[in-house]
Amino acid sequence: MRVLVVVRQVPDSTTAIKIRPDGQDIDRTGVKMVVNPFDEFAIEQAVQLREKRKDVESVTALIVGPAQAAEALRTALAVGADDGIHLEDPAFDKLDELQTAALIAAAVKAGGYALVVLGKQEIDLDSGQLGPALAELLDVPHVGAAVKLMLADDGKSFTAHRRIEGAEEIVEVVLPAVVTCDKGLCEMRYPSLPNLMKAKKKPVKVLKAADVSGFAETVGALGGTTLHTFQPPPERPPGKMLDGEPEQAAQALVQLLREEAKVI
Amino acid sequence: MAPETNAPDFMGLAGLLTEDERQVQAAVARFVDERVLPIIADCFEHERFPRELVPEMAALGLFGPTFHDYGCAGLSNVAYGLIMMELERGDSGLRSFASVQSGLVMHPVHTYGSAEQKQRWLPALAKADAIGCFGLTEPDGGSDPGTMKTHARRAGGDWILNGAKMWITNGTVADVAVVWARTDDGVRGFLVERGTPGYTARDIQHKFSLRASVTSELFFEDCRVPEESRLPLAEGLGAPLSCLTQARYGIAWGAIGAAQACYREALAFAQQRVLFGQTLVKKQVVQQRLAEMLRRISTAQLLAWQLGRLKDAGTLHHTQVSLAKWNNVRMALDVARDARDLLGAGGISVECCPIRHALNLESVITYEGTETIHQLIVGRQITGEDAF
Ligand SMILES: Cc1cc2nc3c(=O)[nH]c(=O)nc-3n(C[C@H](O)[C@H](O)[C@H](O)COP(=O)(O)OP(=O)(O)OC[C@H]3O[C@@H](n4cnc5c(N)ncnc54)[C@H](O)[C@@H]3O)c2cc1C
Repeated sequence: MRVLVVVRQVPDSTTAIKIRPDGQDIDRTGVKMVVNPFDEFAIEQAVQLREKRKDVESVTALIVGPAQAAEALRTALAVGADDGIHLEDPAFDKLDELQTAALIAAAVKAGGYALVVLGKQEIDLDSGQLGPALAELLDVPHVGAAVKLMLADDGKSFTAHRRIEGAEEIVEVVLPAVVTCDKGLCEMRYPSLPNLMKAKKKPVKVLKAADVSGFAETVGALGGTTLHTFQPPPERPPGKMLDGEPEQAAQALVQLLREEAKVI
Repeated sequence: MAPETNAPDFMGLAGLLTEDERQVQAAVARFVDERVLPIIADCFEHERFPRELVPEMAALGLFGPTFHDYGCAGLSNVAYGLIMMELERGDSGLRSFASVQSGLVMHPVHTYGSAEQKQRWLPALAKADAIGCFGLTEPDGGSDPGTMKTHARRAGGDWILNGAKMWITNGTVADVAVVWARTDDGVRGFLVERGTPGYTARDIQHKFSLRASVTSELFFEDCRVPEESRLPLAEGLGAPLSCLTQARYGIAWGAIGAAQACYREALAFAQQRVLFGQTLVKKQVVQQRLAEMLRRISTAQLLAWQLGRLKDAGTLHHTQVSLAKWNNVRMALDVARDARDLLGAGGISVECCPIRHALNLESVITYEGTETIHQLIVGRQITGEDAF
């Protein structure tokens, strides 16, 4: 059985984001890029399966993105993925999630991956659509936001736990399938420095648009969304300070909440 | 492109690094952010060495990372420096632990040890299955190791050690001590294992600096060690001094991390503290103080980077390391003290990092050659006159 992990690179959540003056992207200079935290769970899960199970032959990490995205791929390889696929072409820069899913599906269809894992959403654009779209285009079942994943002994199916409002849903799925991972599944280990160095020597296939058969037709036929602009959220109006004795201030507050904010 | 003023990386050190070096730095930075920063103030307050982090640091590959053998990562010296910088952004105590393990224990075993000694100790030290310490300083004066009193006398095929070592990082937690002693043939180095009869260690209490690090005294009373425990290639004082050059190199980088942490905290405070109707960052004097910190951190970064390049090229001279250790630790201590002051009364609390870093750096400026000693080393290089 071969496992595919889809990895995305996102701005570190601790960096302050500024929108570019033309509104077409964020200003990426000096922004630290990291592996999407939800994808980290997927990487660790895949590597653990490979370590624990003899029938899991290999883990392949895949990323779509510019040259810099190779760093995220290298993290996945350092943690334990065996090889990588880097889909890197200016033609991929503006794809939306559905088109990206079509691209990935076209690139990996022949790979024979039994299990595809990735994070349930990306912390920058938050669409959460890549997993379901990929499952659809690969024509396999999809389990969303898994917090536990157990492969059956025969390696033909798995059980996944999903946290839903007030309960945990347990589903059984026959492979091949796509699973998206939620917080709680597992925490990714730190890549060790020797493994970071060894990761450089692991094979990474770099694929351009021309290398992905069917890319132009499939993605071209899909239509899709086009980014209009990024806008900062409207600035919050300044707060109001209520002076005076606590009793009067409380009264004034209640009055404002009722008459101005209309929340009570 | 606007220079980076938050990390700060004003002169673009990141752009001078290789991709390997950048990734190493990012990996260690993450460890420090997630595992060290949440606990370190408490460790410092309660004088506790966070020993639980040692296996994690070993799993990351932080010990002996420049070696290409014995399971080590084979990193550049610049990458090694970046590791030290990130660790010391957490705490000088943790960086001290790593400095001792890598620069003062693994380095002499690797450089001066026999094949058997290397095979026995290096994999274990890299995995932190064994912890090491380095005993050079003695109670009667660390700046002048040439007058050390600890001695080793031949007894048949063995050696008998007598004497005491003082201010030894990791002393009581070490499984093996690299001990320097005078013999009839000059200074020699010995690997003394914990539990060897006649060898004891005791912690030094009441420190107000490096409180998250173990500092000990070592005692040798007719301590018998076999000839196989002597480092065969270490002859004379040059051997321990070469270890000091390693550790000083790491300190020159490490101090930058401490300064960065202090600068960031001072900047964040000045951005939100409102006094006399304005945030502090709008005051000329505060801007000048922040600019001064940034200037000194930036020059220290470039100095450390060039030092690393010289070391990678194999052309580094130990007096260059002295200059950088002196400059960068002085820089960090001044930045830490000034950041402490900028924070006002809150700055005396261990909840803010500058007081902890400032107190730690009081050790860092003393150990591995005091500031004065490094000035005298550089002075001797200029004049050819020995003025110690
Ligand atoms: C926390 C901590 C951890 C340490 N860890 C280790 C360790 O792991 N292993 C180890 O071997 N040592 C260790 N040391 C010891 C450290 O290296 C020594 O403290 C240092 O070398 C200075 O020696 P000293 O304390 O005996 O001071 P002294 O040598 O007595 O110096 C006293 C003062 O005299 C000044 N001075 C010295 N010579 C001259 C001169 N010629 N002219 C003018 N002024 C001079 C010094 O600058 C200093 O201000 C550690 C120290 C500390 C504080």
